[in-house]
Amino acid sequence: MNMFRGFWAVIYKEMIQVRRDPSTRFVFLIPLFQMIIFGYAIDMDVQHIATVVCDMDQSVESRLIVAQMANTRTFDITGEVASERDIRRQIVAGTAKVGIIIPGDYGAKLLRGEQATVQVLVDGSDSSVANNAVQTSRGVGMLQSLQRAGVSGQLLPVDVRQRVLFNPDLISANFYVPALVGIILQIVTVFLTAFAIVRERERGTLEQLSVTPVSRSALILGKLVPYAIIGMIQTIFVLLLMRCLFGVVIEGDVFLLLALSVLFLLPALAMGILISTIAFNQAEAMQMGMLIMLPSILLSGFAFPRETMPLPIYALSFGIPVTYYVQILRGIILRGAGLWALWPQTLALAGFAVVLVVASSVRFQKRIG
Amino acid sequence: MSAAADSAIVVEGLTRKFGAFTAVDNVSFEIGRGDIFGFLGPNGSGKSTVIRMLCGLLRPTTGTALLDGIDVRRDPESIKQRIGYTSQKFSLYEDLTVDENVMFFGRIYGLKNRRLKERRDAVIGLVGIGDYAGRLAGQLSGGWKQRLAVACALLHEPNIIFLDEPTAGIDPVARRDLWDLLFKLSSAGTTLFVTTHYMDEAERCTDVGYIYLSKLIVCGQPKTLKALPEVTPGGHRRLEVECEESRQALERLRGVDGIADATLFGQNIHLLARDDITEADIRGELERGGIGAREIRQIEPSLEDVFVMLTRRHAGTPRKR
Ligand SMILES: Nc1ncnc2c1ncn2[C@@H]1O[C@H](COP(=O)(O)OP(=O)(O)OP(=O)(O)O)[C@@H](O)[C@H]1O
Ligand SMILES: [Mg+2]
Repeated sequence: MNMFRGFWAVIYKEMIQVRRDPSTRFVFLIPLFQMIIFGYAIDMDVQHIATVVCDMDQSVESRLIVAQMANTRTFDITGEVASERDIRRQIVAGTAKVGIIIPGDYGAKLLRGEQATVQVLVDGSDSSVANNAVQTSRGVGMLQSLQRAGVSGQLLPVDVRQRVLFNPDLISANFYVPALVGIILQIVTVFLTAFAIVRERERGTLEQLSVTPVSRSALILGKLVPYAIIGMIQTIFVLLLMRCLFGVVIEGDVFLLLALSVLFLLPALAMGILISTIAFNQAEAMQMGMLIMLPSILLSGFAFPRETMPLPIYALSFGIPVTYYVQILRGIILRGAGLWALWPQTLALAGFAVVLVVASSVRFQKRIG
Repeated sequence: MSAAADSAIVVEGLTRKFGAFTAVDNVSFEIGRGDIFGFLGPNGSGKSTVIRMLCGLLRPTTGTALLDGIDVRRDPESIKQRIGYTSQKFSLYEDLTVDENVMFFGRIYGLKNRRLKERRDAVIGLVGIGDYAGRLAGQLSGGWKQRLAVACALLHEPNIIFLDEPTAGIDPVARRDLWDLLFKLSSAGTTLFVTTHYMDEAERCTDVGYIYLSKLIVCGQPKTLKALPEVTPGGHRRLEVECEESRQALERLRGVDGIADATLFGQNIHLLARDDITEADIRGELERGGIGAREIRQIEPSLEDVFVMLTRRHAGTPRKR
């Protein structure tokens, strides 16, 4: 018997159905929305923190340090208050997240060459805001001290200049958006494929197909190929969105990126088929899809750095295909990495592709019970 | 062996369980080539389950089924080119047109180019769905959906066709057309396995089987079944009474000693009466109730009589009147 009997017939039929399916337009709307929502909402650069100042000194020195704080753009000076109690009240009310207190003897102490203290109160209830405020204010303090220690006008003895490679402005969009491409691609392909097959089971057409001599592999591949093509069109669409909406430039080889994207689509599509062999209806398929989505978003390194995860979770993250694809995306897009640098990830994806495609073809039966 | 060789379907001890529930219990029968086998039974008795096992859709729990001499359990794929199947529920692609559905299944069955177009035109002509060729299947009415399903099942000229309630919910003219088509196929040598709830369709089959509570309780040619002694017990005969007020008449007649069974058939009453109950006895009983009998005649048992009698015997509840 021909192993691929009916392959072209299934592809052709699937194409007609995709074209007629009103939900096809969501295939492009969903990534657009996801890109906008995720891309803009997960902006981890904390800037413009509402800050109030209690300047009890009102000297040249005190105004200088407030100006320096404001210049970092981390702090937005939203008002002046008279006492520490006012600061606390504003922080509790949520109208300010940081309060800067400059004691009355600040300028005088500095002039005398003594140690002067500036107190910074930070609202710890939002950890990333708090971290940023603490870091920045410490930096400003250091800068002031060094400048004073080096005597006015004289150059600092040690001039430390950091240069950040690959993402010079440390824009978090550059970090999140390439990875977002992988997450979006996985969401769409897993659900599309799972639904495409579960729908056939729900409507009884799978039963009709099962009494024909169509081969299992033709049926599976005939389903995979059209959705892989849709997935590729989507990849390109999402990459264009990344370029146009967020200005993220692809440093590396675009064709390598597309080729490895195909490699990632295989395990993603196979997961869709696996779901469809377990789920009886679209609602169940939806729930199982979610079950796969959550670890993919949380553990793949897309949202949180994997290096900081507890060991068991870190180990688990190796079992998620999108983990490797996220590394590939960041590698090629941000660092301009070539295949020689990404071969471990490439091999891992190839492994997942083989295992999942085989597993899904074994589970997929031309029987209904 | 020789019997099996000219049988299209041979089923031996076929059983299917769903968990603890036995949906098909030890069913055996044989269907000859070119026969029209009518498969009857109440809802949930296991008809569709039998068909699904024969088509290789469900694995039998035990038992064997040979189609054209091929074991369904051992080689479900190689029988698929030889069989056609229309399921009880419409199961073609509603978002494809009539023509696209036919072409899709044609390609799946390995038809190509000229041959594919020939077969498409042939089956569309056979079921007469040509006027709707460009219509989406989902927008067809029930009767036309059925005809489309039959068309798709005929594409590859299968030896055996399974039709699960092909006439459920379709109009009388369409029903007759479909049966004309079935006779045409059968006379060309195709074996047909048809489930139905209509007795008039059962009467048209060359063979019928009746499944009740998962067990096949009778199987054979309608003529043979009607002659079974269990259907018309010794010393009894079947009479048809044509009268007014047939409901009241039925009540009266059921009370008569010697009338084993009385059933309403349309406006008439069918009786299973002991031989010593004469026509005059019946007229007399009815006149006492003020009912005039127009005609009383002896009749053959119908298939329905056969199934009713055998079901009662099988269920072991001889109803006392
Ligand atoms: N996949 C299944 N799982 C569990 N039970 C099933 C399954 N398929 C059928 N059954 C049960 O087996 C019994 C026989 O069902 P089947 O569909 O064969 O009946 P049927 O004779 O075709 O009835 P109908 O005239 O209503 O079509 C029913 O009680 C049904 O609930
Ligand atoms: Mg049924």
